[in-house]
Amino acid sequence: MSILVDEKSRIVVQGITGNEGTFHTKQMLEYGTVVAAGVTPGKGGQKVEGVPVFNTLKEAVEAEGVNVSCIFVPPAFAADAILESAAAGLGVIVCITEGIPTVDMVKVASFIREKEIVLIGPNCPGIISPGKTKVGIMPGQIHKQGSIGVISRSGTLTYEVVDQLTQVGLGQSTCIGIGGDPIVGTTFIDHLQRFKDDAETEGVVLIGEIGGSAEEDAAEYIQGDFEKPVIAFIAGQTAPPGKRMGHAGAIISGGKGKAEDKIAALENAGITVTHNLGKLGETVLDVMGKS
Amino acid sequence: MKLHEYQSKELFSRFGIPVPSGKVVTTVEDIEKVSQDINGPPWVVKAQVHAGGRGKGGGVKVVNSLDEMKKASETILNQPLITKQTDSKGTKVHQLLMEEGVEIDRELYLAMTIDRAVAKPVMIFSQAGGMEIEEVAERTPELVLKESIDPDVGWSSYLGRSMVYKLDPLPSPETVRELITVMGRLYNLFMDLDCSLAEINPLVITKEGKALAIDAKINIDDNALYRQKEMKTLDDPREKDPLELEAEKSNLNYIRLDGNIGAMVNGAGLAMATMDMIKMAGAEPANFLDVGGGANEEMIAKGFEIILGDERVKAILINIFGGILRCDVFARGVLAAAEKNKIQIPMIVRLKGTNVEEGKKILEDSDLEFLVANDMVEAAELVAQQVSG
Repeated sequence: MSILVDEKSRIVVQGITGNEGTFHTKQMLEYGTVVAAGVTPGKGGQKVEGVPVFNTLKEAVEAEGVNVSCIFVPPAFAADAILESAAAGLGVIVCITEGIPTVDMVKVASFIREKEIVLIGPNCPGIISPGKTKVGIMPGQIHKQGSIGVISRSGTLTYEVVDQLTQVGLGQSTCIGIGGDPIVGTTFIDHLQRFKDDAETEGVVLIGEIGGSAEEDAAEYIQGDFEKPVIAFIAGQTAPPGKRMGHAGAIISGGKGKAEDKIAALENAGITVTHNLGKLGETVLDVMGKS
Repeated sequence: MKLHEYQSKELFSRFGIPVPSGKVVTTVEDIEKVSQDINGPPWVVKAQVHAGGRGKGGGVKVVNSLDEMKKASETILNQPLITKQTDSKGTKVHQLLMEEGVEIDRELYLAMTIDRAVAKPVMIFSQAGGMEIEEVAERTPELVLKESIDPDVGWSSYLGRSMVYKLDPLPSPETVRELITVMGRLYNLFMDLDCSLAEINPLVITKEGKALAIDAKINIDDNALYRQKEMKTLDDPREKDPLELEAEKSNLNYIRLDGNIGAMVNGAGLAMATMDMIKMAGAEPANFLDVGGGANEEMIAKGFEIILGDERVKAILINIFGGILRCDVFARGVLAAAEKNKIQIPMIVRLKGTNVEEGKKILEDSDLEFLVANDMVEAAELVAQQVSG
């Protein structure tokens, strides 16, 4: 098993005719992902890498039975693309786009609240269930099918972690980049709950960073309700306050969102926190060996 | 993007939030003329800088005559302003806001921001104004009131009532109405202008019972600047670090830090983690530089040039995990920058991921001198060794 996406997922790429959309459609197809349709308004009837393109998402659902979308639409139109996917009833929406105004995401979050929709991102690398499917932009070759779940707010930092896991012989069940924006569709807790019920997942690596309180919330949840081993890393221990560190959401403001507070919350909850990113793979191996 | 106080107050006025009468000047010569248009004395002279903590740093002065005003202005304009948010050299003040003095009865706090945890705009109100809200929240959390606002419904006065009626003592009915009106207008401003923060601290009640925004702070969501064109024109590049400004022009995320290790990394999370590792190895990063997950050759070259242009940098650490960004593209970018600038400091390179062999070969076949690190631990240790002792 894996969570959210697998070999049966039928993907629709929104913004498939753009540079990034086309490039990553090719990459996903090469990985074995079933990219069943693409959507670009006004380009319906074309094909990209053999994938049929539709004008609207609804047409793509009707013609190809797609159930997961992957969004490469520019920031000004990305919130609209998410809403289109949500309105068409897709269960999993992966938004790669970086730079969506926060106010737009407030409206999106309000629209999908209480609905059975999982929004991954925005501003994320996507989601991969190694050996089954990849919905996003991560390099597929560094992953290996296995039993570690990975949840992260970052992109390349996740690649670094996954690479180390694979190097020490630990494969991954599903790796999720939840996104680096202030408002993202899912929290660490949402996915921890899924990993909890996933028989294939034996342990979870949680990669956080400064800003917000998602890590503190996760620590509280894990302490109360999560039995599988969790190993965490928090980026930004040396980040100065008040500066947006690349990700829109990675900012220490008003004394809140510091790495040290997050690390303390996780450690107080009994979670192994590695302070040295370079040793994360070994640490996970060590913790998993003992459990 | 941060706005100056005077810019924020102009926007407050436009949205119907009352502010003291005032004018901006850039030279002492202008003062006499503008003083005639402002009620007073007393007047208040306020340095217009983005750094917080102006008052304690001597950037805000109350004056009782034209002479005093000139003297205070001269001092503020001619001396760097040092606050807890600037470095030890301080920041140059280019503009002053001259305002009427106001007789204050009470100081309150009012702000709008986004509550990330619930993905909604939130209004924060406190009767402990004039202090930093974080301190108030720490010491007397019961004095910090919050109402999150449903974006589908928007502002509604009951939200204001639920906070204002907790004031102790309760102001006059007229003042209560005014405060609730200011709240609704601040919400409108926040949403219409794509703010990430709109803060009034203090929001005062004057001796006459009027609500008045004595200070104003607005931050605009950088992601929304493409559609907030007027806001974009309010950007003041003088308030930014020159290297940060240069990076911004090339779409690079650069933040100046205090150390002497120049770092170039792709991806924000990995860049932060790399800074942390440099520190753990006993050295200090001179910057945060994220060239982005999908950087091209020009962006890499520009990023590298920015690091080379920083004379504090004594060694360079490059950490690239090729995903979308291919290592060969990266290597060509580095070479392009190296052709223009002679590199006279040690450089540690750690490459991983897509096309890593091609990338390494391009660097090895060049005249560049550099040390190769196999992983992040080794990279951080090597670079720290270069600057130790």
